[in-house]
Amino acid sequence: MRLFALAGRRLLAALPALLIILAGLFLLLQLAPGDTVDALVAQMGGGDATMIANLREYYRLNDSVSVRLGDYLWRLVHLDLGHSAIYGKPVALVIAERLPATLLLMGSSLAIAFAVGMAFGVLAARRVNRWPDTLISTLGLVFYATPSFWFGLMGIFVFAIWLDWLPSGGFESIDVSLHGLARVADIAWHLTLPTVTLSLIFLAVYLRIMRASMLEVSTQDFVRTARAKGVGETAVVVRHMLRNALLPMVTLIGLQAGTMLGGSVVVETVFALPGLGRLAYESVVQRDLNTLLGIVFVSALLVIAINFLVDLLYARLDPRIAGTH
Amino acid sequence: MSANRRQFLLSTGALLVTAAWPTISFSQTEPRRGGVLNVHLGSEQRILNPSLRASTGVYIVTSKIIESLVDLDADGKPVPQLATSWTSSADGKTITFKLREGVKWHDGKPFTSSDVQYNALELWKKQLNFATALQLYLHAVDTPDAHTVVFRYERPMPLDLLLRALADLGYVVPRHVYEKTNVLENPANTAPIGTGPFRFVEYQRGQHIIAERNPNYWRKGLPYLDRVVWRIITDKSAATAALETGQVQLSAYSQLSLADLDRLRKNPKFEVRSKGLEANVFNNTLEFNFRRKELSDVRVRRAIVHAIDIGFFIDNFLYGLGKPATGPIPSSSSFFPKGSKPPYPFDTKRAESLLDEAGYKRGKGGVRFTLKLVPIQNGEDVPLLATFVQQSLEQVGIKVEIVQYDIAGALNAVYKDAAFDIATGWHQYRGDPAVSTTVWYRSGSPAGAPWTNQYGWKSDKVDKLIDDAATEIDPAKRRALYADWVKAVNEDLPIWMATEREFYSVVSRNVQNGHNNARWPSSSWHDTWLKA
Repeated sequence: MRLFALAGRRLLAALPALLIILAGLFLLLQLAPGDTVDALVAQMGGGDATMIANLREYYRLNDSVSVRLGDYLWRLVHLDLGHSAIYGKPVALVIAERLPATLLLMGSSLAIAFAVGMAFGVLAARRVNRWPDTLISTLGLVFYATPSFWFGLMGIFVFAIWLDWLPSGGFESIDVSLHGLARVADIAWHLTLPTVTLSLIFLAVYLRIMRASMLEVSTQDFVRTARAKGVGETAVVVRHMLRNALLPMVTLIGLQAGTMLGGSVVVETVFALPGLGRLAYESVVQRDLNTLLGIVFVSALLVIAINFLVDLLYARLDPRIAGTH
Repeated sequence: MSANRRQFLLSTGALLVTAAWPTISFSQTEPRRGGVLNVHLGSEQRILNPSLRASTGVYIVTSKIIESLVDLDADGKPVPQLATSWTSSADGKTITFKLREGVKWHDGKPFTSSDVQYNALELWKKQLNFATALQLYLHAVDTPDAHTVVFRYERPMPLDLLLRALADLGYVVPRHVYEKTNVLENPANTAPIGTGPFRFVEYQRGQHIIAERNPNYWRKGLPYLDRVVWRIITDKSAATAALETGQVQLSAYSQLSLADLDRLRKNPKFEVRSKGLEANVFNNTLEFNFRRKELSDVRVRRAIVHAIDIGFFIDNFLYGLGKPATGPIPSSSSFFPKGSKPPYPFDTKRAESLLDEAGYKRGKGGVRFTLKLVPIQNGEDVPLLATFVQQSLEQVGIKVEIVQYDIAGALNAVYKDAAFDIATGWHQYRGDPAVSTTVWYRSGSPAGAPWTNQYGWKSDKVDKLIDDAATEIDPAKRRALYADWVKAVNEDLPIWMATEREFYSVVSRNVQNGHNNARWPSSSWHDTWLKA
């Protein structure tokens, strides 16, 4: 219960931060040269002055910045995210359409990165300075240093074009309408390459952290005590070392939730996935302020929610954390 | 090349093929019904209504669903679509169209002259980019009966100009759906209703648009295809991959990277072609800001053009896809002045002497003066040309600083704030100089309108030629006026049309009857079919 109070306080504290982020972004975007009508006319390939003036009037771009900011915040109080200039429908709806793909991609990438990173990290730590460690560490370095768009394109080249095993892009098959499990399998099939691509860079980070963390824990007294008591090696690793080594890993999930949203822009673009990252990019290019602010709002909520879950996990892993607050 | 020609013949006339290419198997010369054509769409569209938004991105999708009054044939001549015939009065102020009978909208209501009247007065004249200028002097549209429509103009309207323009700017959407609504927010803008061979099915944002066969299409028995699916793939490499894996069969209007276009030319599964896209030609441009003292001197502008080896640029940066332009009218146009040559060929010595003559001698470090260059980024070639200009001008003592913006920012900097000295961009020629080319030269455009004369340049002579040509109804006189106009602007060089280029399609060899008219990717595809 105390934990929920803590989370509630955290959430309340996040509100002013959210407000500052939104107002700041709003003002920052006013500095970008060009507005949504410029972007629109660019897409149309030109137009004449009266039409352009009418469109400016229509999108209310002639109002002063303070009036528009005031308007926006007032609408936000009513939980109204406004209207998207690109899609001509409510921003909330546009985001709701795009959120599932991003959540799926983020969730599965995080899960893979975490699980595989942990396994490799433990393995490397157990065989420290021997060949498995060298191999895993080198691989981790390569994954970390390679840009994800390159991995994505190579993945497409090898698995889609050359071997013809996986689809080269898209979220699901559209030639056939699938339902139930068949559809789930189809989406999973399409998301395989993007998920692996997005997870590699994070996998490398988890691997390094897990390895370091395991090595650190292994020198601690309670591990020596456990060994001295005659606890089996597997039990030492799983019950004593792993649980303690997991704390920094869990911290990282909270930190990386935001980074992952950023990374998904590239992956969603390369694999033509209808996600939030690509929507954000498109909104910047098209100067669609409402949509961009809406995405920032939703992403901030997402990061807050993930951190809340991380807090819960902390308490599960280390009861002292819940106790001290 | 011979393979391309063979394919083209195969797709245009089976008989011809039988006679000329006896080695080809005949089993599939008979059109096959059925199949799904998957098409690459490089950018998401805000509005799927060609009566509100004139752009190739909109046409690629909507021209299958919504039809215009006329279309173009393989030679670029206007042919009937929703209009069956047309006549112009002797003074050129009254143009009468006969409309096709028995045409129904996808919602079952009949298509009549009242639909055309509404589109012309409420959408084309008030909302549609390019058409608001084209229809500026349209003051009334009469509907004497359900299948006759009479356009009345205050000034003479050349029939050839109107027809050529209507292929792109004459799409008709249903009056009963749009009338008395907020036109910009009408739901039919993203779920279009038309008279075309395909009916709209769904638009999944960020993913795809689907249209299916219209069983009640007025061309009986057509279309051949069951469905057309447009896949939205914004990344150029991903789009190439989608082509290579067979996920899409067509990518039109050069939406792939130049390197991939060049590579796919060698792939036997595809045809890379510009034939069938002649109605849209474009130029790489160099815009001068006349508010800069040095650039207002014609000798300096000529020197700049003399200093740039555009042939080298085309061969090495554009994979040879293009040629040096001779002026604002492309060589494929009927208005092209015969025998034109690039007016200022590459000649650095001449460039240097012109600059010396203008009084800009080389100063410290060999630099004469410094210019700020803004690339208007709507293609990968634009920044390439910017860099090439920078390096070329350095040779003759002009230092160039490149200032990067994204497209909205660049349009703002060049066309609203005039915060540039030179700019590199694109110009698209749309069938007739009066549609979207002369606005680059005609003075008097209010600031902020992109791709219009915002350069601080004004010539009464050129303004008059432009105005006269726009209302001249004798085609021969009109051509002569444009020839004079080309001469005048080549002389004064307010803008340099650096290259003349065609758009390219990459299309799977399974697609039959493809590219059989001058704007095929923007036409209705009623007779397109797929080999099994």
